[in-house]
Amino acid sequence: MPELLQFLLSGITVGAVYALVALGFTIIYNASDVVNFAQGEFVMLGGMITFFAHAAGLPLPLAALIAIIVTAGIGVALNKLAIEPARGAPVVSLIIITIGASIFIRGATQLVFDKQIHRFPAFSGDQPILIGGATILPQSLWVIAGALAVFVCLWLFFTRTLIGRAVLATANNRVAAQLVGINTNYVMTLSFAMSAAIGALAGVLVTPITLTSYDVGLALALKGFAAAMLGGMGNPKGALVGGLLLGILEAMTAGYISSQYKDAAAFVVILAVLFAMPQGLFGRKSTDRV
Amino acid sequence: MSLLQIEGLGIDFGGLRAVHDVGFSLKPGEIVSVIGPNGAGKTTLFNMISGVYAPARGRVVLDGEDVTRIPPHLLARRGLSRTFQNLQIFQSMSVLENAVAGHHLHERGSVFADLFSLPAARRRSKASEDSARTLLDRVGLGRAAEQEAGSLSYGALKRLEIARALALKPRVLLLDEPAAGCNAVETEEIDHLIAKVAAEGVSILLVEHDMKMVMRISNHIVVLDHGEKIAEGEPAAISRNPRVIEAYLGAQATEVQNADG
Repeated sequence: MPELLQFLLSGITVGAVYALVALGFTIIYNASDVVNFAQGEFVMLGGMITFFAHAAGLPLPLAALIAIIVTAGIGVALNKLAIEPARGAPVVSLIIITIGASIFIRGATQLVFDKQIHRFPAFSGDQPILIGGATILPQSLWVIAGALAVFVCLWLFFTRTLIGRAVLATANNRVAAQLVGINTNYVMTLSFAMSAAIGALAGVLVTPITLTSYDVGLALALKGFAAAMLGGMGNPKGALVGGLLLGILEAMTAGYISSQYKDAAAFVVILAVLFAMPQGLFGRKSTDRV
Repeated sequence: MSLLQIEGLGIDFGGLRAVHDVGFSLKPGEIVSVIGPNGAGKTTLFNMISGVYAPARGRVVLDGEDVTRIPPHLLARRGLSRTFQNLQIFQSMSVLENAVAGHHLHERGSVFADLFSLPAARRRSKASEDSARTLLDRVGLGRAAEQEAGSLSYGALKRLEIARALALKPRVLLLDEPAAGCNAVETEEIDHLIAKVAAEGVSILLVEHDMKMVMRISNHIVVLDHGEKIAEGEPAAISRNPRVIEAYLGAQATEVQNADG
């Protein structure tokens, strides 16, 4: 039993990381139907900038805040410099632009910072907490709490606030959104800023556990994307559940079968789910009028 | 006193003069129709007035203010709203949500009140919803409120788009072929709706191919051909104008004269 509990706890920790990345995908996807493959780079930037700001002598909370703000700024720049000039291009082209942007950000990070692996101290020490024979790191609780907090905020944002509704309206029909008085350029800029900030927050929270370097973004983006697809793209609830499920699946496979198969098992389950429910667990059925 | 004044408006696409030196004005509560053969520049003119295209020449003046080249979302706030020839509807939202979306412009609330669902925020959204339902009843879509917009017929979507435009409480309403693709009954409903809205003081600028409808409800008609204004005046005068008959009405001339009489 303690064994199962241990796998579950580590699965939830990893899952919370995936959920945070997946939650970052939802905003930009909701505003524009674009899957932003640079989302993983935002996570990487959050960790890297925090490390270098901290190493330069700033206290950790301030370093983290700076990392989140700078990354949000980079998100806005990505929208202004790469996405907005290509407006009117098909969604697939925009997605390819985000892949290009992610390669660019990775390269620039290598030049500006370095190629080393970095870590900064955990927020509440490294003393594991004992729960029913299993252990969990205090930093894992930070990650889980972070994922839950971001989820609640996003859910309220999209269901309760006018600007959240405006984001959804923009995705649904940009011209119609303008007709009812929505500034769609502002909505896009805001979405990139928020997505980037959420990504950076994820980077800040997970770096003490997973460490960071210039090239961790791609793997995180792929896992986060898989989690978002599993849960249903664009739905915060789907991102959270999808992320946690994916993490638990991986941990169970690694624990009971072999850690070599953990990625394969996770993707097999995702494929099976998508065969039965192509829109994901919580996704809306899409309707297109032709 | 004119509410909307168009002065010498023009735009070129490449070397093509799509619209050249078009000017006219609308008084409050007036229905003005823009007619002309296909490709005459009617929709281009609409796109310039509503801020979708930036005109190369000329001015658009709304209630004494120059609003040339102001983007559509800001024009909507100043009281100019429009519908499109090819529908622009939030397809995956419900009919009611589409109509409510038009009301949000006039809601004043805080993100804080929204997040915590304070009574003020709830009252506000209740008021928007009630008003949206009234509008839907008015365009005959009251019973379809909960349906997904994408499932409606073409004619119903046309009326939904008008309802959403009305939710913005416009002073000027631009309707681009509101009756296209609608059957005779639907056309007549739209016809009545336009007349009622105009009677409430909203100026209406209309592009429409249904000549009977145009002749019946317009106070004033502007005729475009090859991007230029070739005539304007009252329906009766327009249907007798030889240049108009030559350029546009052609074989339809007799039909129009019958409708007129």
